[in-house]
Amino acid sequence: MNGMSTVVKTVARWVIGFILLVGLWLVAYGHLSPGGGFPGGVVIASGFILLVLAHGGRSADRVFPRPVARVLDSVGALSFLFLALLGLWVGGEFFRNTIQKGSPGRLHEVFNAGIIPFANLAIAVKVSMSFVVAFGVIAACRLRAGGAFESEEED
Amino acid sequence: MVYCLIILLFAVGLYGVVSQRNVIKVVISLVIMEHALNLLLVVLGYGKGGAAPIRVPGESPAALASRAVDPFPQAMVLTAIVIGLGVTVLMVAIALRLYQRYGTYDIAEMRRLRG
Amino acid sequence: MTDFLTVLLIFMLVSAVAAIHMRSLLSAVIALGALGFASALSFLALGAPDVAIPQVLVDVVTLVILIRATLGRDVKTTSGLRDTSGIALSVALLILFGIFAIQAARHLPPLGHAGMHAEANKPVSLPPGADFDPAAPSHFYIEKGPEVTGSANTVTAVLLDFRGYDTLGEATVLFTALVGAVVLLRKRSRSVPSLPSGAGAPSSPGEGGAAS
Repeated sequence: MNGMSTVVKTVARWVIGFILLVGLWLVAYGHLSPGGGFPGGVVIASGFILLVLAHGGRSADRVFPRPVARVLDSVGALSFLFLALLGLWVGGEFFRNTIQKGSPGRLHEVFNAGIIPFANLAIAVKVSMSFVVAFGVIAACRLRAGGAFESEEED
Repeated sequence: MVYCLIILLFAVGLYGVVSQRNVIKVVISLVIMEHALNLLLVVLGYGKGGAAPIRVPGESPAALASRAVDPFPQAMVLTAIVIGLGVTVLMVAIALRLYQRYGTYDIAEMRRLRG
Repeated sequence: MTDFLTVLLIFMLVSAVAAIHMRSLLSAVIALGALGFASALSFLALGAPDVAIPQVLVDVVTLVILIRATLGRDVKTTSGLRDTSGIALSVALLILFGIFAIQAARHLPPLGHAGMHAEANKPVSLPPGADFDPAAPSHFYIEKGPEVTGSANTVTAVLLDFRGYDTLGEATVLFTALVGAVVLLRKRSRSVPSLPSGAGAPSSPGEGGAAS
């Protein structure tokens, strides 16, 4: 898939950093202001989609190769499951909130919410990588009318 | 009144799914239905104060409750929106595959081509 | 607020009808984008910023993916509706749906009714015509949420602590849908289906995945 013109590439290169920063902020402060793992993950995915759209599939693949995204996707899902099982091992209930939390005086600090910031991070990794992989696959297929289907995928 | 409009939106989407000939139009109609349903869930949770259910420092639960909307449908709709995007991606992948196989997005053509 | 919501909903209805009836696929997709954006605005008006943020982004990504599917292909316009029996059937289905929907909507409480209160077991005064309180678990969530979980955002607390199991299910569903999409679009042997009966292409495992 081809990239776009030089103006678009330059602007995209500047803007992607901000997009990823906003996404990380939504994830990290998800339990204190509107946001959370899901919106943050989708913002990060949009950043990477902008990368693919502006620079073309091949150069984006060099920066962030697709097998890395697939592995990160599974890592995010498994770490969320691990956090849930941690609740089971330590606290006796599935998903019990086990890390330090709860004193009402410290309500608005980042690490006072137990398992929630880590769960937000795991969810954000999972959601963003899922959409990056799916968009990469859709962007890489080139259809021609009448049938011959070429995918640039290797497996 | 608002409920009637949302139900009407859902009905428009349903009409699109049943009656359109182009696969992409069917995908668009399914997305319309999904938007209508998410709206209905959040509208059900609207309360008196109309504020988001986030507690600012030094507020008591009663004060928050008197001005907040229901947080539960918002949580469910949040996940529903992201899942809806995943399902849309899957539907577009199916549509692309159908285009590859039959050379057209038209359902009647596909039925004819299958023999 | 209700007026604002009504105006937005009318705009959404108009763009939905436009999206379905337009001949050009690209215009239909753009009308869908307008619908999603109006939907995000109404989420903001309803006091749900947590929902409005992903709605805007999901709308944009849906636009990108749909345009990717429609731009550059030979078919840019559609040829209208299905045959007549299809239209009669769809109108009958819509009338049936309308009857059931109006009956169900009669039991819903009016917009912005009693609201939330912070004691979990206090009975709620329901407005006349409503049989149930749709906010029943949320009184507990609002009252106890920030203390028990330590998170000031009640929606995140509900999603990740009180209802964490649902979030795990959501991650699983997302994973399954996207793995299905990836499997469907893999590299295949380049056989052109030259026979009109379509018997030329090899059977692909993607067809089993399409049923999920």
